[in-house]
Amino acid sequence: MATATSTAGLTRTLRALLIPSLALLAALLAGAVVMILSGDDPMAAYSGLFKGAFGDGKGWARTIRKTIPFVLTGLSVALAFKVSLFNIGASGQFVMGSVFAVAVGINFEGLPFYIHLPLALLAGIAGGLLWGAIPGILKVYTGAHEVIVTIMLNYVASLFGGWTVYAGGTQGQTPGPLWDRTAGAISETPDVLHSAQIPWLFGPPYRVHYGVFLALAAAILVWWLIFKTPLGFEMRTVGHNMRAARYAGIRVNFTIILTMALAGGLAGLAGAIETLGLNHKFAPEFGGAVGFDGITVALLGQTHPIGVLLAAFMFGALDGGAATMQFESGVPADIIQIIQALVLAFVAAPLIIRMIFRLRQQEDQDAGSAVSTSWGGT
Amino acid sequence: MTTTQPAQPRQPDAGPPKLEALGITKLFPGVVANKEIDLALHEGEILALLGENGAGKSTLMNIIYGLYQPTEGQIRVDGSPVEMHSPRDAIDLGIGMVHQHFQLVPVMSVVDNIMLGSESVDRGLLDRQSVSAQIQELSERYNMAVDPNSIIEDLPVGIQQRVEILKALYRNAEILILDEPTSVLTPQEIEGLFEVMELLRSQGKSIIFITHKLKEVLRIADRITVLRRGEMVGEADPATTSQENLAALMVGRKVTLEVEKEPASAGDVLLQLRDIEAHTDLGEPALRGVSLDVRAGEIVGIAGVQGNGQTELVEVVTGLRPATSGSVLISGVDLTNASPRRITEEGAICHVPEDRHMYGMVDAYSVADNLVLSSYYKRPFSSGLTMNEQAIAQHAEELVAQFDVRTPSVRTSGASLSGGNQQKMVVAREFGRPIRLLVAAQPTRGIDVGSIEFIHSQIVAKRDEGIAVLLVSYELDEIMALSDRIAVMFHGRISAVLPRSQATRERIGLLMAGVSVDDEPQN
Repeated sequence: MATATSTAGLTRTLRALLIPSLALLAALLAGAVVMILSGDDPMAAYSGLFKGAFGDGKGWARTIRKTIPFVLTGLSVALAFKVSLFNIGASGQFVMGSVFAVAVGINFEGLPFYIHLPLALLAGIAGGLLWGAIPGILKVYTGAHEVIVTIMLNYVASLFGGWTVYAGGTQGQTPGPLWDRTAGAISETPDVLHSAQIPWLFGPPYRVHYGVFLALAAAILVWWLIFKTPLGFEMRTVGHNMRAARYAGIRVNFTIILTMALAGGLAGLAGAIETLGLNHKFAPEFGGAVGFDGITVALLGQTHPIGVLLAAFMFGALDGGAATMQFESGVPADIIQIIQALVLAFVAAPLIIRMIFRLRQQEDQDAGSAVSTSWGGT
Repeated sequence: MTTTQPAQPRQPDAGPPKLEALGITKLFPGVVANKEIDLALHEGEILALLGENGAGKSTLMNIIYGLYQPTEGQIRVDGSPVEMHSPRDAIDLGIGMVHQHFQLVPVMSVVDNIMLGSESVDRGLLDRQSVSAQIQELSERYNMAVDPNSIIEDLPVGIQQRVEILKALYRNAEILILDEPTSVLTPQEIEGLFEVMELLRSQGKSIIFITHKLKEVLRIADRITVLRRGEMVGEADPATTSQENLAALMVGRKVTLEVEKEPASAGDVLLQLRDIEAHTDLGEPALRGVSLDVRAGEIVGIAGVQGNGQTELVEVVTGLRPATSGSVLISGVDLTNASPRRITEEGAICHVPEDRHMYGMVDAYSVADNLVLSSYYKRPFSSGLTMNEQAIAQHAEELVAQFDVRTPSVRTSGASLSGGNQQKMVVAREFGRPIRLLVAAQPTRGIDVGSIEFIHSQIVAKRDEGIAVLLVSYELDEIMALSDRIAVMFHGRISAVLPRSQATRERIGLLMAGVSVDDEPQN
C-alpha cells in the first residue's frame, strides 16, 4: 500500500491543502445559502467581498493589515498543537502582550527607536510568554488541563488589561497605572512614543507597517524550530507519544512548559505588534478576539506554519473585504463571522467535508484528529 | 435467518459444515489480501488459522464477521449462502468474534458491557438483573467464573477476555472467532482459556482460533489451516504434523526454532541491583527488595507471570520509574533514579521496551526518525542548532539493511510496517549503537516466527560480544531458549536464580506460581 516515490512530498502537500480548501468552499456555499434565505444576493456580496479585499491598493493593505495578527495567533495555537497542547489562551496572551508592550512604549522618553522599539516588542513577547508559561507549569505540576487554565486566564488578562487603563470613577477611585490622564472619562493609554512605534511600510491611507515582516519571519522561525531543530524533534515526539518521549530521554515536563511559553510569546508578539504598529495605544476594546480566531486559523492551516500563513491570509481577506461587501451589497458584515465559524466547524469535522465531496478516507493525520487527540489524553 | 436448504456435504457423514468460505478473494488498492481461500468449519470443531502477521488472517475473519465484503467468493452458514453487511448480520447468524484488542468499555461493569448493543429492557428501564442471572448461568455452564458486577478496568486481562467470550455467547453465538486470544495471556491463563475452549467444543460450539504460536496450535486444534501472503498454503492434522513443518509452511522456508548458542563466558558484574523497592502507578508496592547481578557476556532471563513486578523492574533500571529504596549500579556507577538519558549515556545501556507502540516508537514518524529516537541529539544527527536529515537518512539505510527491516523506504511511516518489522526497527535502533548492557523486555511479543528467529540470534550475538543482557519475557519458552541463568519473579521478589542447567520447566513453573522449592532462598 505504500507508494514511496519522489512525488510523495508533493502529493502530501496537495492532500494537506485539500480539506481546508474544501472547508472554505463549503463555508462560502453555506454562507450563500444563509444570504439567499435572508433575501440577499450572494453573488453581489461575494464580488463586493473580493473587491474590498483585493480590489485596489487600499483593499490589499486592509487584507495584509488584518492578516498580521492572525498569522501570529495562528502560529501560537499551531505550535502548541504540535505538542498535543490546546492553547485556548492566545486571546489572553495577546492582551498581556499588548499591555506589556504599551507599558514600555509610553515610557522611556528619549530612547533611540532602535532600542525603544525592540524593547517594547520584547516586553510584549515576555507578557505573552509569562501568560503561556503559567498553564504549562500548572499542567506539569498539578495536572490542571491547559484548556481550562488558558480559558480562565483569558478572563484574568482581559480584566487586568481593563484595570491598567481604568479611568477612575466618579467617587474618585484610583485610576489604572497606564491610564491617559488627559483622556477624561475614556479608559485608554496615552499614545505610544514615536520611538516605540513600528514604522509604516506604506503610510496612510494604506497603513501597512513593517510588522508584516515580523509575522513572516515568525512563521519561518516556527517552521524551522518545529521541523529542523532537535528541540522541535523533542516537541513533536512529546506531541505524538509522551511515553516514547520519556523513554527516549526527553524532558517531557520541560518541553510542555517551554512550548506553552513560546506559544504565549507568539500571541504576545501579536498583541505587541498590533499595539505598536497600528493602534498606538491600548484600550479594553482592543481585546483578544483575534486570539480566538487563531484557533480557527491554526486548524485551517493544518497546524503547519506555512498552512497558517495561508489560512491567516484567507481570514485577513475575509475581514478586509467585509466592510466593502456590506457597503456594496447591503449584506451585513456579520455574515463573515458566520462564514469563519463555519470554516472551523468544517475543518474540525473533516468527515462532513469527505461526505459532501465524496472523498475517500486518508491515513494522514489532519486537524480534526489534532482536536480529538488533544482531548483524548493518551 | 435459518434455512434448511441442503448443500453438498464436504465430509461424508458430518452434514454441511457449520461455516464455509468458498473462493474468497479480497482486494485492497494495490494489495491482494485474500486470494481464493476455501475454508470449512464443522460443528464442534476447533479450527486453527495459522499465519504470520500480514498473511491475511484478520482480513478473512473480518469478512466472515461482516466487517468487509469479499471482492469475490461466498460465505455459507449451515450450508446456505449468506450476505453480511455488518457485524450485526454476523451476530444474527450466530457468529461471534473476540478481537485481539478487546471491545469493552473499561469504566462499565461486566453486565453493562455484555448487554451493550442488545440491552434487555423492562418497562423502559435496563433490566440488569435478568441479564446478570443469564451471565451467571452461562459462566457456570462454561466454567468461566466472572462477577457480573465488577468493573472491567479492575479485572485482569484474562478475565476481560472471558467477558468478551461471554458477550458472544450471550448473543447466542454458535461460531466463535478468537483473534490471537493468547497473545495477552499468561501461561496459566492460556491453559484456562484452552479448557474453556474444550468445554465449548464439547457443547457443540465451533471455534476458529487465530494464532501464530505453533505450540498452542498443536495443543488445542482439531485441524490446522495455514495462510501465507493471502493464500491458503496448506492444511495439517495436529496429530501428524510438527512445529517445524508448520513453521516452514507459515514462513515459506525452513526455520530454526531452537536458538543455537555456545555456553556463556561470563565476565565482570555489569548490572548490580540491591534491595530495590518501587511502587506501581497506583502507589502499591511492586518491587519488594530485588537484588540481582548480571555479568558481561551472559543472558539473565527473568521468568514470571505478568504483573509480578517485571515491568517495574525494567523501568527502575532504565530510569523510567523511581526506586523508593535500594540501588542500581551499572559498571560500578551508582545510577539509582538517574534520568533516562543519563542512564542511557553513562550506563551505555539500551532498552527494547515491553510495548513498542506505547514506548518504543512514534507511529507517525518515518522509519528514519524512529531510528534516531534515542540519539537524535548527537552528532552527526544533530549539529548544535539543526538536525542533519542526510545523516539521519544514511544511518537509517545502514540499519535497515543490517537488521533486515522490510520497508519500502526509510521515509515510510513506522506505523505502516508490519509488527515484526516494527520490532526489528526498534531492535536495530537499540542494538545499533555502542552498548554494554542490553535490557530487553518481551523482545518478540506479537511478532512472526521469522522475525523471532532473527531477533533471538541478534540477542545471542550481543551476548557473545561480551554485552550483559537482562531479558524479561512472559513466554517461558523464550526464557528457556535464551537464558544462561534464570531468575524467577513472584510478587515483587526474585524467588530464585537458577543456572540454565538446573532450570527445568516444572521447577520454574512452580516458582512462578509462588511455590517455594526445596532450599531456595525465601527473602
